[in-house]
Amino acid sequence: MDATQPITAADGTPLKKKLAQAMFRSKLRAAGLVAPLLAFVLASFIFPILALMWQGVHNDTFARYMPNLTEELRVWDGVSEPTEEMYALLVADLKQNRADKTIGKVASRVNQELAGTRSLFTSTARKAKKLEPPYKEALIKTKKKWGQLEVWQAMKLTNQSLTPGYYATSLDAVYTVDSGFVMKEEKRQIYTKLFVRTLFISATVMLLCLLLGYPVAYLLATLPLKYSNLLMIMVLLPFWTSLLVRTTAWIAILQSQGVVNDLLVWIGVASDEGRFSLIYNMTGTIVAMTHILLPFMILPLYSVMKTIPPSYMRAARSLGATPTRAFIKVYMPQTVPGIGAGGLLVFILAIGYYITPALVGGQDGQLISNMIAYHMQKSLNWSLAAALGGILLGGVLVLYWAYDRIIGIDNMKLG
Amino acid sequence: MLDGSDPFVRFRNVQKSYDGETLVVKNLNLEIEAGEFVTMLGPSGSGKTTCLMMLAGFETATHGEIELGGSPINNIPPHKRGIGMVFQNYALFPHMTVAENLAFPLKVRKMTPAEVEEKVKRALDMVQMAAFGDRKPAQLSGGQQQRIALARALVFEPELVLMDEPLGALDKQLREHMQYEIKHIHENLGVTVVYVTHDQSEALTMSNRIAVFDDGVIQQLADPVTLYERPENSFVAQFIGENNTMPGVVESVAKGVASVKLDSGDTVKALAINTDGKGSRTSLSVRPERCVVSQKKTAGLSSLKGRLEELIYLGDHVRCRMNVAGNDEFIVKVPNTADHLGLEIGAETYVGWKTDDCRALDFKAG
Ligand SMILES: Nc1ncnc2c1ncn2[C@@H]1O[C@H](COP(=O)(O)OP(=O)(O)OP(=O)(O)O)[C@@H](O)[C@H]1O
Ligand SMILES: [Mg+2]
Repeated sequence: MDATQPITAADGTPLKKKLAQAMFRSKLRAAGLVAPLLAFVLASFIFPILALMWQGVHNDTFARYMPNLTEELRVWDGVSEPTEEMYALLVADLKQNRADKTIGKVASRVNQELAGTRSLFTSTARKAKKLEPPYKEALIKTKKKWGQLEVWQAMKLTNQSLTPGYYATSLDAVYTVDSGFVMKEEKRQIYTKLFVRTLFISATVMLLCLLLGYPVAYLLATLPLKYSNLLMIMVLLPFWTSLLVRTTAWIAILQSQGVVNDLLVWIGVASDEGRFSLIYNMTGTIVAMTHILLPFMILPLYSVMKTIPPSYMRAARSLGATPTRAFIKVYMPQTVPGIGAGGLLVFILAIGYYITPALVGGQDGQLISNMIAYHMQKSLNWSLAAALGGILLGGVLVLYWAYDRIIGIDNMKLG
Repeated sequence: MLDGSDPFVRFRNVQKSYDGETLVVKNLNLEIEAGEFVTMLGPSGSGKTTCLMMLAGFETATHGEIELGGSPINNIPPHKRGIGMVFQNYALFPHMTVAENLAFPLKVRKMTPAEVEEKVKRALDMVQMAAFGDRKPAQLSGGQQQRIALARALVFEPELVLMDEPLGALDKQLREHMQYEIKHIHENLGVTVVYVTHDQSEALTMSNRIAVFDDGVIQQLADPVTLYERPENSFVAQFIGENNTMPGVVESVAKGVASVKLDSGDTVKALAINTDGKGSRTSLSVRPERCVVSQKKTAGLSSLKGRLEELIYLGDHVRCRMNVAGNDEFIVKVPNTADHLGLEIGAETYVGWKTDDCRALDFKAG
């Protein structure tokens, strides 16, 4: 048959078209069935994420509330001396801000770019009414800072609604008018360190989960039903207790007057004064998170192991392999999809973990998510939170991509 | 190790229970000579796999001893027994290629790469799969996987190979083909094979001897001809081939021939094989192809009146379902010869057989 010639149905229409016609109705019905869910997912998941991502690069507070100055700042080159005209427009805008009670927002926004400018704006706005031309001198007289180029540069940056500034901050860099991105000095870097720590803790938790979960999953898959059911209940039990209860239980166990330390003192491993600090630090975070995420490793592993018939091991043994060798060479390779799925799941959950590190992490057990929460709730710098979240999301996507490259996403088995 | 007097494999008074309540294998005694092809045949749940697993070392005998080459192996772990095994689902390692699968037992034995390659190649040639070395098992058809499983069980040259229903998943034609192939390989290599199946024609085709299992007991252990021609009890007679049974009571026994009064009232003669003597209940057993249908009583045959109930034309022969001695499932196979009489449903005829073809066996209700 000629392969280039499209196959036609009995009435002469191309088969592809015919098939599409025949499938149209059922496709329509299928679409109707998923439509509500699709709408829900769009409204509650995709849209908020997009909005958040947008917020990470876009903030028009300054441009919106400083309508007079904004045009002038845009054309200003950022290095030459600010003109009298710019000062005049600034005063006009400040007066307006004062009247509209929007000065707080503007002050916070500029303060994000240059720390210590909040009061500069609020106090000047209070006095703006009484200022007389020439405004440049008048302003510099009220606050010396108005004469600094730095302040004006910060305003020029905040005037850009579409800004890479938050992403720069998230990566411990500063975006400047004259020299682009500049890394902060080593000891003032917080976010990169936090990202690295988050990755490190997540990887550690994932490995610990794998080490602890693998034998359990193996037992679950191979024990006779009555024992494996009991074990399964024990694995699932944590799901039935509140996350907070579990986390506080770890506090009771690990604190310096807690069960573990008491035991160690009693055995004589530690002296009464030299009790170990097992909680409110990275150890606490790792221990508690490993415990909480363990089922997410065990279940995918179990579901893969369950499908491996015992005859493989038996075949390997009958071919002369010792139990250990049979396990390593024949059994383990077949559990790779489970290891991949469990590992990815635990890692991704760990990367965004929040409550547990907040409760038991102390200073050096905090993750990037705690920082995001801080910017959402305390400092109210949502754009920075969005940028941090965006980087986290990007990281997860990269991981997904790498996983797909190395193991193949369709090899993943979640249950 | 092997001194002429010892059989190669020996089960001695072996019992097995999984739950401590019921015996799955009851007092098994079985001796297998080197080079033999012995089949364990029996219905589902009769304990065949269990026996095989005990021999391979994956189950421990609850009682009794299993010997291999004259020495007990009860305490030897499976990987040291050197027994090749073919599993029902083939158990080819899915993450390895065909060649890697075959190389596995050789690498475990620390052979040099050159040796491994050579043996793998030879094994693949043996099963005519030389071109498939680089494929993964999932890319093979069932029959091809079967061959690879066979090659893998043989590649490290074990003296004993166990096969647990290796052809169970294949279609009829391929199964028959593979039966011959396995048989030829057995003949060429001279390995001892213990084969498990519940397909009796497979057992008859392939084996030197067949052990018929039922309920954890070997009912009869014999070569195929003996098993078919001279079953020792009703179970074997029923299980192997087709069989007509007629219940009755032994009236007398003389020179190995019993006179049996059937429940229908007729009295016939039969070989007294497995009866408890005069007055005991018995089941007479006659093969369908040993019966003759005729208009009149034939001299020299035991003849009973019968009525033709159903005819099934099968080409080379005609299957007649008849009502004989109150049993309306009585089957007679009439060869399709030129002079065979025009049989008609409802016809009253005689059914006859030689006394030598009729065996009086233990009585089984139902
Ligand atoms: N691991 C086990 N635990 C408990 N009982 C078992 C186990 N394996 C088999 N049995 C029981 O032992 C009996 C014999 O089983 P076995 O597998 O030996 O039968 P089989 O003859 O191989 O049957 P089939 O032809 O169906 O494979 C069955 O009643 C079965 O339920
Ligand atoms: Mg079986």
